[in-house]
Amino acid sequence: MMRIGVKQWFASGSPWIWLNGAAVAISVIMVVGLLALIAVRGLGHFWPAAVLQAEVSVSGQPTALIGSVADEEVVSADQLRDSGVILAAGQDSAKRLLIKAGNRDVTGADFVWVLEQDLRDITYPEDIITLERREWGNFYGRVVAVKEAGSVIAQRDSQTDAAIWRLLLQRVERSLAIYDDIYEIEKGAIGQINYGMERLRLRQRGLELKGQLTPVAQAELDAERDLLNQRYEGLQQQLVDLYTAFERDSMIGETMSGQQLEINLSKIVRAFRANAMTGPQKVSFYASKLWEFVSAEPREANTEGGVFPAIFGTVMMVLLMSVMVTPFGVVAAVYLREYARQGPITRIIRIAVNNLAGVPSIVYGVFGLGFFIYFLGGNIDQLFFPEAAPAPTFGTPGLLWASLTLALLTVPVVIVATEEGLSRIPRAVREGSLALGATKAETLWRVVLPMASPAMMTGVILAVARAAGEVAPLMLVGVVKLAPSLPLDGNYPYLHLDQKFMHLGFHIYDVGFQSPNVEAARPLVYATALLLVLVIALLNLSAVAIRNRLREKYKALES
Amino acid sequence: MRASTMDTERKANFSLAPNASQGLTMAQERIAVAVNELDLYYGDKRALNSINMQIARNRVTAFIGPSGCGKSTLLRCFNRMNDLVDACRIDGEITLDEDNIYNKGVDVAELRRRVGMVFQKPNPFPKSIYENVAYGLRIQGIKKKRLLDETVEWALKSAALWDEVKDRLHESALGMSGGQQQRLVIARTIAVKPEILLLDEPASALDPISTLKIEELIHELKKDFTIVIVTHNMQQAARVSDYTAFMYMGDLIEFGATDQLFTNPVQKQTEDYITGRYG
Repeated sequence: MMRIGVKQWFASGSPWIWLNGAAVAISVIMVVGLLALIAVRGLGHFWPAAVLQAEVSVSGQPTALIGSVADEEVVSADQLRDSGVILAAGQDSAKRLLIKAGNRDVTGADFVWVLEQDLRDITYPEDIITLERREWGNFYGRVVAVKEAGSVIAQRDSQTDAAIWRLLLQRVERSLAIYDDIYEIEKGAIGQINYGMERLRLRQRGLELKGQLTPVAQAELDAERDLLNQRYEGLQQQLVDLYTAFERDSMIGETMSGQQLEINLSKIVRAFRANAMTGPQKVSFYASKLWEFVSAEPREANTEGGVFPAIFGTVMMVLLMSVMVTPFGVVAAVYLREYARQGPITRIIRIAVNNLAGVPSIVYGVFGLGFFIYFLGGNIDQLFFPEAAPAPTFGTPGLLWASLTLALLTVPVVIVATEEGLSRIPRAVREGSLALGATKAETLWRVVLPMASPAMMTGVILAVARAAGEVAPLMLVGVVKLAPSLPLDGNYPYLHLDQKFMHLGFHIYDVGFQSPNVEAARPLVYATALLLVLVIALLNLSAVAIRNRLREKYKALES
Repeated sequence: MRASTMDTERKANFSLAPNASQGLTMAQERIAVAVNELDLYYGDKRALNSINMQIARNRVTAFIGPSGCGKSTLLRCFNRMNDLVDACRIDGEITLDEDNIYNKGVDVAELRRRVGMVFQKPNPFPKSIYENVAYGLRIQGIKKKRLLDETVEWALKSAALWDEVKDRLHESALGMSGGQQQRLVIARTIAVKPEILLLDEPASALDPISTLKIEELIHELKKDFTIVIVTHNMQQAARVSDYTAFMYMGDLIEFGATDQLFTNPVQKQTEDYITGRYG
């Protein structure tokens, strides 16, 4: 056997290879671990967990408990004794369960902590129902009766559980269908009318300010307003009818403590019996919950429902930001690299640009608020929207200013990447173009910029990655907890740059740390985080795909 | 051993192939370009010393000389390519049709259209073959499809490339061989119908067969264009040119009809160089 000395081992380079390998492995493990954690925590939330029924006997006083296990942890006995729990001597630790028991309207809290050892007679009865409600969170319990217009049409004493359940499901489905109609009228048609009314008001005010509000114009406006009002009256009547039908049915439920509760079916979003579900049913339930999460609007202070407006806002803002930052960065880079005389001043500018990328993002937020919103937006309002005063139009945080602020934040990245790309274009190609009688500008436009486009896309990719994950500056320049409407809709001018919007990153912060119901919100934090990562990855991948196509097209000259 | 065989080959070539330039004298030529007392400085370094010469119309003029002697620099003065180099300063004049191209107010883009240039390495644009040839025309604002088609076809035929590429005009030019790319660049250059064609070692990056094709092409193109070629390869200069200029260290040592210069050089330096004693 040949012995290899330590010195030779070092000289061979193996230790460095091992070191590099280990560093890469640790990075990979951390990234995969992070993704796995948020995926498991976030995605598990939508699974219909089994609902248990048990007796809790604390100090000999048994109470009934119905709910599903949301979390569990092992707590040391000392800690429990300190908080007044009586434990058997010699016990080191106890398992504590977080039970989602719902019925917040009755008990005041959605969640309770119980020690596993205090639970007796744990069963999973199939007749326990879960109702997802528009208010007060989930209801857990049993159906006692179903009522139509105040009179009982089915109850426990006279009919089987299965029959009542079927009836209830039918009625819930009916009310959900009516809800969709109501939603369409309220958000769609009435929203459009309100928007039209507001525009009329602004037009009238505008004419008034210009002193052109003649009786003729006034009559015209009134006529239009009457038309809208008529349409509104019609819709209003329709709504009244719908609401009557919507609130016709109700049910009487019994909570774990035997208390009876009347719940109007219009308040129910979803009704299911988790314990009675078969595997495929659970899967389809899971899929529908997941779909709701990505496609619906949030409910109950963002702790229930979906995050679609936040996804939409994030993507919209990133796209707008890219549209703004690309030409700006490219033009700046072209000037710096192609036209500016290379000297100390250019070098200083370049250093300044590079350092700009390191400025904390909240500073950009403050700048955006002070310069874009108050100064630019305020002046725009005075010049172009005097009729809306004193309500600000652009003088308030909104989509445009958020995109602009982020564009400013990411412009150094695009400048640096584009400069890099421009410097890599072979001199021979530029000379070839110039030698054919092209001016410098023509050469740039027709040959150099197309060839540098993959580098520009690299800049945009980095900018997107940075901007999509940014939250701090957005809180100052346009993101809100709950936006009443999307920034892109069917009302002229379709893209509402002045509107505030929701953002996934801010949503995480809001749901996780500003929510009144922390336990309910926690899984949503993970789910939203996962979604944010996915959205950024998707945005990035599409930018990478575009870059690769450009690269293929403008492949650098071989040899 | 090898050097000596090459040497004899060279000599054999010079004597065996009587060049078409036999008996040519500058006095009988129409002058396309005249260089008067041209000095060129890179910063403080003087790269060209008082060059005086004339380029004859519809003839091939070759610049030979060792590396760094200034032949490429001189060539790039003809279309003001040296303007792109910072700290490059030029004294003296070059006249094209009696006008000094270094006058203030000269449209450099227009000058470069009249004086086309082909570089050492093929430098096609990352566009289709068709678009490469049409590039100069589009720059001039020509949009008519028929005119473009005709000119592209004419240019590719003139560059002896048409038969090889006519079926793939709209494929990327980067997929062609080096020799084809160089002929494409020549086609691209002549498509704008320049008066003078500057070739800066056009075959130095090519294999012998491609080189031969380029040389044949130069023979053909001479009918329509005034050609100035820089070459390292003396056989090539002897084969293709009518006039030859020998440069050394920024000086124009000798300039005359090619057969004269190769068979009976006046200057000792020229003789040393062409017989391979240095360079």
